[in-house]
Amino acid sequence: MTMPITADDNTQRSRNIIRNLKHLEGPMLPILHALQAEFGHVPDEVKPVIADELNLSRAEVHGVITFYPDFRHHPGGRHVLKICRAEACQSMGSDDLADRVRQLLGIDFHQTTADGSVTLEPVYCLGLCACAPAAMLDGDVYGRVDEHCLSEIVGEIGL
Amino acid sequence: MTVTLFVPRDAASLALGAEKVASAIAAEIAGRGLDARIVRNGSRGMFWLEPLVEIRTDHGRVAYGPVKAGDVKSLFDAGFLTGADHPLCMGLTKDIPFLRQQTRLTFSRCGVTDPLSIEDYRHYQGLRGLEKAISLTQAEIVQEVTDSGLRGRGGAGFPTGIKWKTVMEAAGPQKYIVCNADEGDSATFADRMIMEGDPFVLIEGMAIAGIATGATKGYIYTRSEYPHAIASMGKAIEIARAAGILSSSVLGSKHSFDMEVRSGAGAYVCGEETALLNSLEGKRGVVRAKPPLPALKGFLGRPTVVNNVISLASIPVIMDRGAPFYRDFGMGRSRGTIPIQIAGNVKYGGLYETAFGLTLGEIVDHIGGGTATGRPVKAVQVGGPLGAYFPRALFDTPFDYEAFAARDGLIGHAGITVFDDTADLMKQARFAMEFCAIESCAKCTPCRIGSTRGVETVDRIARGIEPEKNKALLADLCNTMKFGSLCALGGFTPYPVMSAMTHFPEDFAPVPMVEAAE
Repeated sequence: MTMPITADDNTQRSRNIIRNLKHLEGPMLPILHALQAEFGHVPDEVKPVIADELNLSRAEVHGVITFYPDFRHHPGGRHVLKICRAEACQSMGSDDLADRVRQLLGIDFHQTTADGSVTLEPVYCLGLCACAPAAMLDGDVYGRVDEHCLSEIVGEIGL
Repeated sequence: MTVTLFVPRDAASLALGAEKVASAIAAEIAGRGLDARIVRNGSRGMFWLEPLVEIRTDHGRVAYGPVKAGDVKSLFDAGFLTGADHPLCMGLTKDIPFLRQQTRLTFSRCGVTDPLSIEDYRHYQGLRGLEKAISLTQAEIVQEVTDSGLRGRGGAGFPTGIKWKTVMEAAGPQKYIVCNADEGDSATFADRMIMEGDPFVLIEGMAIAGIATGATKGYIYTRSEYPHAIASMGKAIEIARAAGILSSSVLGSKHSFDMEVRSGAGAYVCGEETALLNSLEGKRGVVRAKPPLPALKGFLGRPTVVNNVISLASIPVIMDRGAPFYRDFGMGRSRGTIPIQIAGNVKYGGLYETAFGLTLGEIVDHIGGGTATGRPVKAVQVGGPLGAYFPRALFDTPFDYEAFAARDGLIGHAGITVFDDTADLMKQARFAMEFCAIESCAKCTPCRIGSTRGVETVDRIARGIEPEKNKALLADLCNTMKFGSLCALGGFTPYPVMSAMTHFPEDFAPVPMVEAAE
């Protein structure tokens, strides 16, 4: 609590987001997506706010957040690179691609580079299975990812 | 006269550079002062040709592909706006053999129209099914769907008409149509292509389902990995509302229907219908025990139809052309058409909609053209990560729910992943167990613990530790998972594992120590 003003600010921002969405049937996931879009992750201090607004226990809120791989508990990198690790991409050499990406970025999956530029994540299918191997940088998709494409992706990250 | 060009906006086309191609074309049109407009269509599903640019001519649409941004100038120099020849010219799109041989019923408009043009949609027979449904009673609509023989295209193959009948007859002040668009199986992209390439057909199918069952609210639950599909569905819903398709009076009728898109959050198990319903309600995506059936106690405990995208997107053509028309395609108890998705290490990968009954060999060798790497096909996995690996010896299996089941496999959502002879099927079996361990909702023990024990057992076989004993143990574990799991994740993971062990025993043989040490 070294920065109480920021925490209060987060609380108010999150309360506004939640109040805009709580009228939905099953509002939890839309709320969590919106909070993550706002903060880059789902901060711990918003859990009691969600619990309060939706009349749930903190444990229930925590249980939902931790079930889903999408929801981050800490800030991620400025970019998020997802490499597909599912079968169709495996058949086109995605295991080698994954090794190459780890080597290029100097991090493993679920890690963020020291400069905070990129977080590397596995993904199990992007639906680009007929142009494998596939990757996604933020919202942009890449198919038949080869060395040339990879250097383009790394260029986008700005390493 | 304004020339019309088509540059797809399907995610796979974008992944192969369609956006840069569209920009380059727009720049050439402006720079040369030409009278042309670009339509961003869906994909035709021929991904080796993407980005596939088409020009509308007096003779039909002429295809050019695969087009890179660097090719655009030479295409204009060759006069491609008139359909002129060029090394990338594929001739008339409709004459490309991969497309010509298909029976496109569900995907009839995909890649043809502007996905967000309601005028295009109407022009290509859209909304006729909904108009027909409005003229019928609920029971008549359900009977038509039942008579069509349509079975759930998500993988389970349950008769759609029977599910609808249960919901129609269920009492309740509020019923729901939930579209399962959580297409997480590797090798599948049919749902994504419909949502991006012809979203109105899904809206129309859901509206018909709503009228048939008395449900007035629909949800499409899709994946966060599909941002393009989420965006196009969201826009299409807004357009459909403005056009009176989604309203308190659907197309001026007494029926009310509206819908929303919801995004999952990266959990594969939410493709299982009861886990999906929990997730939609905002809970952990944990599987529910059945009964009660979702048809009776589904979303928020109310009667709910849960259907796959392709099942719902096939409804409009069934209503428009009639049940007999649809039922006359196919074989045995597998009626109608199925969009086969040919993926992985394959030369001609893409979406191939055809009547049930083609053999696996015809699909892989003749339509798919063998592997992309040019090496021999070793194995194909049919039905996603929970589907069996088939060897060449079983390539005579016809594409039919029962025929695949008889050979210890499944069609699933009709995705096929091709592997060449460099594939190691023990590694694939290990991955199947690993994937189950990562994605298990952890509610039932066989899936939660069995998958982890499965990975360990495969690792022991790989290290040559009591291989025969461990292979027997793995088979026993698979048996427990198959019969003791609550849902298809734990229950079907044994399919890839057992098929790999049964059909590719050489990959499970102990390796010489020298190689093992590497």
